[in-house]
Amino acid sequence: MVAALAVERIKLFSTKSPYWCLGVILLAVWGLGLAVALVDNGREATVFVSQTGSPMGMMTFMVMAALTITTEYRFGTIRNSFLAVPQRALVLAAKTVLMAFIGAVTGAVASLGGFFLVKALATDPDVPLQLSSAADYRMVLGYSALYAIGAVLAIGVGTLVRQSAGAITALLLWPLLVETLLMLISGLRDMTPYLPFNAGFNFVAAGGHGGMFGRTAFIAEGPSAQQGLVIFLVTALVIWLLALLSLYQRDA
Amino acid sequence: MIEASGLTKTYGRTVAVNQLSFLVRPGQVTGFLGPNGSGKSTTMRMVLGLDSPDRGQALIDGQRYLDLKHPLRKVGSLLDANWVHPNRTARAHLRWMARANGLGVKRVDEVLDTVGLTSVAGKAAGKFSLGMKQRLGIAGALLGDPEVLLFDEPVNGLDPEGIHWIRTFMKGLAEQGRTVFVSSHLLSEMALTADHLVVIGRGQLISDASTADFISHSTESSVRVRSPQLPALRAALDELIRAQGAGGGAPGGGVPGGAVPGGAVPGGAVPGGAVRVNEVADGLTVIGLPIEQIGELAAAKGIPLHELSPQTGSLEEAFIQLTNSSVEYVAHDAPGGRGPSAPQYTPGPGGQQQFGNPLGSQPPFGPPSTPQGR
Repeated sequence: MVAALAVERIKLFSTKSPYWCLGVILLAVWGLGLAVALVDNGREATVFVSQTGSPMGMMTFMVMAALTITTEYRFGTIRNSFLAVPQRALVLAAKTVLMAFIGAVTGAVASLGGFFLVKALATDPDVPLQLSSAADYRMVLGYSALYAIGAVLAIGVGTLVRQSAGAITALLLWPLLVETLLMLISGLRDMTPYLPFNAGFNFVAAGGHGGMFGRTAFIAEGPSAQQGLVIFLVTALVIWLLALLSLYQRDA
Repeated sequence: MIEASGLTKTYGRTVAVNQLSFLVRPGQVTGFLGPNGSGKSTTMRMVLGLDSPDRGQALIDGQRYLDLKHPLRKVGSLLDANWVHPNRTARAHLRWMARANGLGVKRVDEVLDTVGLTSVAGKAAGKFSLGMKQRLGIAGALLGDPEVLLFDEPVNGLDPEGIHWIRTFMKGLAEQGRTVFVSSHLLSEMALTADHLVVIGRGQLISDASTADFISHSTESSVRVRSPQLPALRAALDELIRAQGAGGGAPGGGVPGGAVPGGAVPGGAVPGGAVRVNEVADGLTVIGLPIEQIGELAAAKGIPLHELSPQTGSLEEAFIQLTNSSVEYVAHDAPGGRGPSAPQYTPGPGGQQQFGNPLGSQPPFGPPSTPQGR
């Protein structure tokens, strides 16, 4: 596993796209956070508002994670990977562990950095910007967990779909459109807080409620912050296991 | 040593590889020959564990590829030179493969030097020409100093210098006692490189013989005869063959039936050996009789001739004939069965299948040869 991890690390950092992706993530998280929080000398700035850019950073990271597997299919290097390491589960696991780890670090750096940037630059906040409660830490460092789980989900989807365009489409439309549009169906509306992304984002929502972008805030029922994270994690693991199964079922 | 036994792979209703068994021995270059789409790549992918066979298995020194601990140290392969990330440098491409099999960066530089890519090791592989990518692929195959090497169409798209380099290189690897298995759809290329040939068509084994045997069988010369009195000529020839067979001490040699599918004639069809008569579109093809004798026979019987010309089969044509046969066979029979036009084999003393008379097993498509002179 150590060797397999080293292999994936060499593969990842020997192309340019991860550096660009990581740069874009920091830019999006910090830029958007500052742009929204610093309005009116930062009077509206709160811990939650400092994370306005974090969902976009997380989605960018999911794209990056999906690309680590889909580009292997795109350029055929997946066969080289399996020739060098015939235990396919090991290849997928190493890729996933590496990306989940990088996700956790990136999520922490981006969201913490975003918070401290806002804290430094917001001259006149109504409430002093501080990480004082567990909920404050959850709203910021919770993204560390979301990035990591997002990587597992994205690699699962990428392995199932095997091509970049399809995987990225699925990974963006699912949280942004599918979970939103289901709210329009009245019979299904009450279950939308339990959908994976809404549930997962409860973990970084103020009060542990409201889903992604606060869009389920008007629905009273829903998972708690911790329950939401578990729903997101279980979804990601199920898809990842399906991907692992397909890796053995299908020819490389 | 690579040992394939009963390899079968089906895609939907298409049988890509059907009951394929063969041995690839160390110390020689074994050519894997077949037209495009005949299942060569699929077979190699099954040997390497990339595709899983529906039935049968392929073993490398008694082990499945999937069970090898450090596979690149045992088996090196180049299936497709384009399997590189275009933004990754040549060295990085080899470095991760090396790392996966416990090989150091030093070994990476060694193989880069072996294939002559040291000066461009830091360049992105996407900027490489096909020839350079092939060299990079070969470097990857050599990385673990493996005993067994598989190359899929390594000379495709290369310039003459590159082809010569690869040819020499593969022979060198075999001389070091390694097992070298090279696929190609070019018989002429394989004739120059391979010591042994495994020939397939439509996923089925057509021949498994030494290159020398294959060529001597495939390029026998023949005589093309056209006559308005073909039946009479035919009868006269059959009579002559029978007479020769009795007097010339070639037991079981002649097959008077002419275009009998699989009219098996062991041994080379040289004068004094087996004589055969095949019916072609508008005449006869006589194999194994000197042209003078046919002309004299016709004159003696008073049969007018419209054409009497020697034909020399080229390797390419023999190959097309062989593989056409399997195409034809699949098209007319249900997949999986063995039709009457299936190639004939006779198990040899070593348990190895021997090549039995490729041209004799052909349906009458036309002359298997090119007119020369006259």
